[in-house]
Amino acid sequence: MNDQTAIRTVGVCGAGGTMGSGIAIVAARAGFRTICFDTRPEALERAFQDTVAFFNKSVERGKMSREARDAALGAMSRTGELGALAECDLVIEAVFEDLAVKQALFRELDAICSPLAILASNTSTLSITEIAAASKRPERVVGMHFCLPAQLMKLIEISPGLLTSEETFRKVWAWAETAGQIPVKTQDKPGFILNALLVPFNNDAIRLVEAKVAEPADIDLAIKSALGYKMGPLELIDLVGLDTQLRLCEAFYPITLDPRAAAPPLLRRMVAAGLLGRKSGQGFYRYEGRAMFGSA
Amino acid sequence: MVPRYAILAGGESRSFPPGDPFLAAGVEPENAEVLVLLGGAPYRPDPAKAAILIELGTECLGVHTGEAAGEEGSNVLGFARWRNGDDPPSKLVELVRQPRTHETALAAARAVLEAAGLTVAVCADQAGRIVDRLLRPKLNAALRFLDEGLASAKDMDLTCRLGLGYPEGPIERVERGGLAHHYDVTRALFEVYGTAAYAPARRAVVAAQRRDRTRR
Repeated sequence: MNDQTAIRTVGVCGAGGTMGSGIAIVAARAGFRTICFDTRPEALERAFQDTVAFFNKSVERGKMSREARDAALGAMSRTGELGALAECDLVIEAVFEDLAVKQALFRELDAICSPLAILASNTSTLSITEIAAASKRPERVVGMHFCLPAQLMKLIEISPGLLTSEETFRKVWAWAETAGQIPVKTQDKPGFILNALLVPFNNDAIRLVEAKVAEPADIDLAIKSALGYKMGPLELIDLVGLDTQLRLCEAFYPITLDPRAAAPPLLRRMVAAGLLGRKSGQGFYRYEGRAMFGSA
Repeated sequence: MVPRYAILAGGESRSFPPGDPFLAAGVEPENAEVLVLLGGAPYRPDPAKAAILIELGTECLGVHTGEAAGEEGSNVLGFARWRNGDDPPSKLVELVRQPRTHETALAAARAVLEAAGLTVAVCADQAGRIVDRLLRPKLNAALRFLDEGLASAKDMDLTCRLGLGYPEGPIERVERGGLAHHYDVTRALFEVYGTAAYAPARRAVVAAQRRDRTRR
């Protein structure tokens, strides 16, 4: 990679959210100048406070030196102006999971960013090729799907769209490795690997509850004990949110027509009742408290 | 106090293979509160016992006890320790109850199994119980994705280990347990549920056909 095309500055759109703030931590921790963009100043401020707490906790746990923490925080800046991303070599979006929203953002970024800049989408369900279709640089658009919590999870699913160039793919792959992440390559298909396997599996677990095959605690216990998973499927759904699971179903099913991807009626009823999981205090289990992973 | 149990063995047990300490701790049937029927040992009702446990394969408990329009249930429970093919049995016992299973029988069965250091998950009498019913469609999907070129087997496994914290990915799990074994389990599930999710994946069909060819 020559100096002219090296990635030095990374922009994160939607940095006030859980995923966006995690991605910004990954970039800043690896020494990249990181510009955090969000249209919601209060969300951006809250994410920054969480980020400071996360880095402090990393120092406390001996996972990071004070100097590295100060450098990472010093590499981060916050903005509510999209134009501030003009100098980015790589922009990673983690905005609302909606094709029109992401396409509109990429149209704007097209006009703002250098023609050499790479635009990456953290979408978990949408087609990279369809998102790229709104851009004038589809060869420089790529999927980079991080896992929650991004600041702790190493995996990135990297997906080329139909028109993504080899050079773009190689550059983001190299960036991911430089940032200490572990990339895997997937085709541009709904859910890539992770969610294509996980969303129907989670739905199946909900259907077992609905069909009264077993109680949620027995289902989670069985899966953890037999398969060695750290969390049972219903614990995991409660963690990510039942509303998120429903949104994933509604994104997948119309495209794949896989009956396992269709939202189970119980999921719809629970979301309608406000039983969203940890975030609402009750889902398949009851909870108390809220904290960013690694900050408490 | 943990009830005493007696082992009534038919053929070899997948839950408690030869040498398992659970086998040695049994008492004579006349001195036992709980009977444990392994490896196809014939079932005879005995209302005097606190519980009778019948080891299950892929079949439902109702095959042994009969069913009565949703009113079935007695002191009889089904069970199976989950195994991935010929791996050693896991700690998990899926304990199968029917709608009218006696709560005292459930408690006695649980006590015996937990005293043996096993983890007990209770479920209804449905094919595939909990684990196979959830796991097998996922393994089928992973095998299909492999055929369709979504990602390499290595990347699929790595994704599940890193992204979901699984100890092993779907391809390595199904291959270690045996694709032909996966075929046997999914075929049994497909017979009951009839949905595409349980239909054996192509690679499992191939493995089963190769196994059957070598048996001839």
